[in-house]
Formats: sequence, C-alpha cells, structure tokens
Amino acid sequence: MSPVAKGAGGRQGTEPERVTRSREPLLWSLFSAGGMASALVLPALAGVLWVAVPAGWVAAPEHGAMLAVAAHPLTRAAVSLLLILFFFHWAHRFRYTLYDGLQLYHLNLLIAVATYGIASALSALALWIVWTLG
Amino acid sequence: MEPVTLKVLRYRPEEEVEPTYQEYEVPCQDNWMVLDALNHVKERLDGTLSYRWACRMGVCGSCGMTVNGTPVLTCATYVEDVLPGPVVVEPLRGFPVIRDLVGDITDFMEKLGRVKPWLIRDEKKSPDEGEYLQTPEEVADYKQYSMCINCMLCYAACPIYELEPDFIGPAAIALAQRYNLDSRDQGEEERMDVLSQHDGVWACTFIGECSVVCPKNVDPAGAIQRYKVSATVDWVRSVLMPGRKP
Repeated sequence: MSPVAKGAGGRQGTEPERVTRSREPLLWSLFSAGGMASALVLPALAGVLWVAVPAGWVAAPEHGAMLAVAAHPLTRAAVSLLLILFFFHWAHRFRYTLYDGLQLYHLNLLIAVATYGIASALSALALWIVWTLG
Repeated sequence: MEPVTLKVLRYRPEEEVEPTYQEYEVPCQDNWMVLDALNHVKERLDGTLSYRWACRMGVCGSCGMTVNGTPVLTCATYVEDVLPGPVVVEPLRGFPVIRDLVGDITDFMEKLGRVKPWLIRDEKKSPDEGEYLQTPEEVADYKQYSMCINCMLCYAACPIYELEPDFIGPAAIALAQRYNLDSRDQGEEERMDVLSQHDGVWACTFIGECSVVCPKNVDPAGAIQRYKVSATVDWVRSVLMPGRKP
C-alpha cells in the first residue's frame, strides 16, 4: 500500500449522504445571489447610514420619512428579498464550513437541515418584521 | 551562486515504509530552474532519485512537484525565486506516491476520460464536405480552457480534491467546458451527467487555488463557476418547462 501525499483528514471509502441533484442548483443560486446582493447593497447602506449621515455629509432623514419609505410595499418587497438571500447565503457558506472545514461528513444531512432550517426560520421572522412594520 | 541545499522527499518502497527526506548540496548556476537542480542530482550525485520530466519548457506538464509547499512546474520555477534554502521538493499532494517524486495519476486519467474531452457530433460531415469552420470569436470562447497541459497542479492545490477523492476536479471540468463552449461540439448533454452530480461541479466551494497555481492561466475555478451558472439555468428551465429536455 503506497503512502498517499495527503493531509491527515483525507476521507476515503465512505459515501457521503448527498443533497440530491435537483436541489444543488437551487441552493447554490440562492447562495450566489445572496453573495452578489450583499456585496452590492451592504457597502452602499453602510456608507450612507454609518459614514455619510454621522459625518454630516448628508442630512439625517426624519424618522417619519424613513418609516414612510420603509413601509412602502416596494421597499418591503425589496428588503424581504434581500434578507432572504442574505440568510440563505449564510446557510450555504456555513454548511460547507462545517462540512469541508470541520470535515463533519457523517453529519451532512443534519448540518444541511440545521443551516437551511435556521435560514428559513430567520426568513420567516424577517418577513413578519418587515411586513408588520409601521 | 552559493551551493543550494535541496531537501527532497524520498520514498523507496522496497527499503522503507515511510517517506523520508534526503538533502543534497547542489552547485546551482545562475538562472537554473528547480528541474535543472534535480537533474544535477540525478546525473552527478544520486542516480536513484526518481521524478518525471520531459520537455523542460512548460508544455508537457509532467514535472509538477511541490516546492516549498506550493505546487509548481519545476521546469518553470527559478531556483533563485525559492531561496533561501533548503529548497523542499515533495511530490504533488493528493496523489498516491509510487516512488520518490513520482505520483500515481490513474485517478486523474480516469476522471479526464469521464468528461469526454473530445468533439462530440450528432452527425459527422464527410471529409469532402470540408472543415467545421469557426469565427475568431467562437475560438476565443474556449481557447483559454484549451491551454490546459494536464499537469495536475490544480488537483494538488485543491483542498476539496484532497478531502473528497470522488470530486471530478478542476482540470477535468475546465476541459469539459473547453468542449462544451466549442461551437463544433454537440456533447454538452452527455457531459452533464458527470458534471451536474455532487462530485461534479457542486463539490467545488470556489476556494480558487486551482486558478492561482495554474501555469497556463486556464482559470479552472472560473470554468467551474460558469458551469454552475449554466447548470442552474438548465435547472430553472426544467422546473418551468418539465417536459422539455435539459
């Protein structure tokens, strides 16, 4: 038996439980869209709300005006979509961090159910908050 | 140039159970590649050292090794760029070692065949009908992926290949895309059976080391992400139009 030039963690011989072929594109597209959306939106939001407003470059919006914007159905829909994508982006990334990073192959199904389950629960909570606001 | 110490991982299955390091003092000359230093060892110091090489010009893809922890083509890596010594030379990670720096590439060869890296046609033209013509734009679509020399540095750099040995791997997917994106090819559906499995593109988590180490700028990581997008588009179509073939 030849030694294999590998690190200590090489997994051999055991077949992982697999997320079926049909779900991978869905999960990956949510992950991918969430990454893209957060990369585009978060810096802009942070720039305006955490830098430009505190620095006095732009006038701080009135609470009533902000609430009116936030309560507009288009804003609610956009924020809902963004938050759902963020959560599923996190879920996919964290799932693979546990799966590959910690090499918990035998817990694949549990990890998948837990991560996407948490993302689903957070999405439901976010929808409730966003649509009952104001 | 001062003599350079090469610290080479050796494995001689007939005399040892575990690989061991052996050091050689090599009087390197200016502009020597790491492969030149290994050839000096082989010719002048120790004829028993085993490693693969052929072209010495970055085309054949056979002299890939791990130098100071990084997968490189030793014919394209200057000794002076990996100093100070000792310069540690090991076989490519992820492949069973047959002897010294020679890895067993059977797994890669088998996976390469599974993605059918050749032109697949439903109907072949007869030779007197002439060539399959392409515009420069159509060539540009796949040219980058056609530069792969099968050196396997991308497999050695890929943490997923090491963790999940069934992963079809960066070069095989890049070569599948080289043919999928070729206007003369009609084999995308056949390759999809291999590529759209978990062990196909979905095992990849876009770490991107494959593209970092690729000596030919093939960008296998980019090829894999592009395939994920087209596989997702196919999946959306199959959901929206269930009766339609992918």
